[in-house]
Amino acid sequence: METASLKHAEAAEAFLRDEENADWHNETLWFVRSKRDRAAHSLPEWEQLREQASQIKTHTLSRLDDYLIQLEENAKKNGITVHWAANGDEHNRIVHSILQQHNASKIVKSKSMLTEECHLNPYLIERGIEVIDTDLGERIIQLRNEPPSHIVMPAIHLKKKHIGDLFHQHLGTEAGAEDPQYLTEAARIHLRQKFLMADVAITGVNFAIAETGGFVVCTNEGNADLGAHLAKVHIACMGIEKVIPKAEHLGVFLRLLTRSATGQPITTFSSHFRKPGPGQEMHLVLVDNGRTRQLASPDFRNSLKCIRCGACMNTCPVYRRSGGHSYHTAVAGPIGSILAPNIDMKEYADLPFASTLCGSCSNVCPVKIDIHQQLYKWRQVLGEAGAVESSKKMGMSGMDVLFSHPWLYRFAGRAGRWLMQKFPSLANKPSLNPWAIHRDMPKPPAQSFRDWYAEQNKKTNG
Amino acid sequence: MNVGLFIPCYVDQFYPQVGIATLRLLESLGVTVTFPMEQTCCGQPMANSGFQRLSAGCDKNFIQNFANCDVVVGPSGSCVLHLKDHLHSDERPDEAARLRANVYELCEFLTDVLKVESLPNARFPHRVGLHTSCHGQRGLGLSSMSELVAPTFSKPEQLLRMVDGLELIELTHPDECCGFGGTFCVFEEALSSKMGKDRVADHLRHGAEVITGGDMSCLMQLEGVLRRQNSSVKIKHIAEILAS
Repeated sequence: METASLKHAEAAEAFLRDEENADWHNETLWFVRSKRDRAAHSLPEWEQLREQASQIKTHTLSRLDDYLIQLEENAKKNGITVHWAANGDEHNRIVHSILQQHNASKIVKSKSMLTEECHLNPYLIERGIEVIDTDLGERIIQLRNEPPSHIVMPAIHLKKKHIGDLFHQHLGTEAGAEDPQYLTEAARIHLRQKFLMADVAITGVNFAIAETGGFVVCTNEGNADLGAHLAKVHIACMGIEKVIPKAEHLGVFLRLLTRSATGQPITTFSSHFRKPGPGQEMHLVLVDNGRTRQLASPDFRNSLKCIRCGACMNTCPVYRRSGGHSYHTAVAGPIGSILAPNIDMKEYADLPFASTLCGSCSNVCPVKIDIHQQLYKWRQVLGEAGAVESSKKMGMSGMDVLFSHPWLYRFAGRAGRWLMQKFPSLANKPSLNPWAIHRDMPKPPAQSFRDWYAEQNKKTNG
Repeated sequence: MNVGLFIPCYVDQFYPQVGIATLRLLESLGVTVTFPMEQTCCGQPMANSGFQRLSAGCDKNFIQNFANCDVVVGPSGSCVLHLKDHLHSDERPDEAARLRANVYELCEFLTDVLKVESLPNARFPHRVGLHTSCHGQRGLGLSSMSELVAPTFSKPEQLLRMVDGLELIELTHPDECCGFGGTFCVFEEALSSKMGKDRVADHLRHGAEVITGGDMSCLMQLEGVLRRQNSSVKIKHIAEILAS
């Protein structure tokens, strides 16, 4: 198996070419991370809360089948139709078949990373259905025909100017307008029309409660409510890991979610759905798409605890400087880098290497996923599977030989330092040594520590 | 206590003065230190690149070299963390486990084992920026982490405060990664360099004359950036300052 593992590196290099923009992106996300810190520090019980959330998730994952069956039973009792999808395709077919039953041609959709993961929009659009994303950030990137670059702030890579130009082109706002109030008003008018016309509303699910058969959708704009209440049919799509056992556990997660995501104490709207309204229909689609495979792996199971807050992205020094699109997957950043290889190991073999393993992601994670340790483990899996570049593998085999033989190591060290002293321009030639493109090499000393030590010993003893 | 000095390969080859300072510092504190001559590398480069399997030879060599030592001390958080987490041997599993439990990064050895409370001879009258390396901080727990709601502390800082004349500067991002990341520095060259540049800029903005830290690999990254900028700001491993 051979892959082009440099994908992320190349995309990052392209993103960094506009250094001013990259700095702005970095600082914007750091600002969100700082807000998260202030929110976390406002709760003295923060670390206990994280521990509690992590334990609830550990427990839930250990009995996921039971809780999903309980969820299904209770949801059915409430009058919700429950569907099971093994993968993205099946999910899309189920959603489409519900639309067909209602002759629905216009749908509004609130933010859902699962539908992004399953590529629902293109699937429906190809079948003649108008899909309107109603989260403002999602709508912006939809108009630009781009995927989200962040799971919570999908258009975080864009500046006001980009939005002004985009709205001028699509929504008829004044050319050059950058006032957020004015642009938001325009989007609101545009979206209200779409809400009123929609036959079906699709939402994601933040938490589904096994005990009650209900589910919770968190938004800051109220767009999930507006869609679900106006349309005749509400389809809610969730990954199977989104189930929690009881309503009493919800408070733990709601307190952590938005503090971690944006530094807010809670989302503006935490909407609880339990049964269809009069004359309405409610569907819940439960999607696996590789999750049971991840569940079966002790090393990677923990990644299913993710509540999609995006805190790991905001803190990640790599994400902040390379942008979400460099990860070429629906869920970017550190968490995406441990989820994506489970879906397609070959396609995403580069992502576990797009990290310095600094560990900040694991520390901000509200459910304590050992993200950086999983990145390390994925590297081993990819190395074993032959999914890393052959040049890297050869280099590492060479190092193995070098470091397993002390005499060879000593000889190579001496030869290397001698070469660097005699031909410093070679060592600092960017075409031979990528280190030297933006950095200088250290000056090689005449003597290694080992040689110095041997000399000292000789002097003392001899 | 038979202390084995572990000098990581790149320190041995490129920064012998760091090894010398570490040795002198330990000896000045009354520790008997031996340096096993056949040691090479901790195996981290292979492991972090996805080939932990290929570090078996390294592990074997390490165990062979340090088997007689009660504890192992090295001036590199990153290498020490790798050994603590991954040193492994099918043939000598007990030996490997004992060494994993008894390998220390220099600062933690000084604060936690030797319980050093003063360094009467240390003098370094400069404005110093401390680069907190990720593996030392988050991996070995050498200092508190800005992400966690927990009391603040720093073992390297605690030691630097014992040095006469030294002025420690504040940083905007006290624990941001420098971008070295082992082979990341080559395979993600553009990103790695940018991270290094940003890290250096934080120190320069706050008027550092010297940047220090417990990991020479991070410092090599920062030095590479400083040199390219023709900066007069110097890099010194914390051992060099504590031994000065």
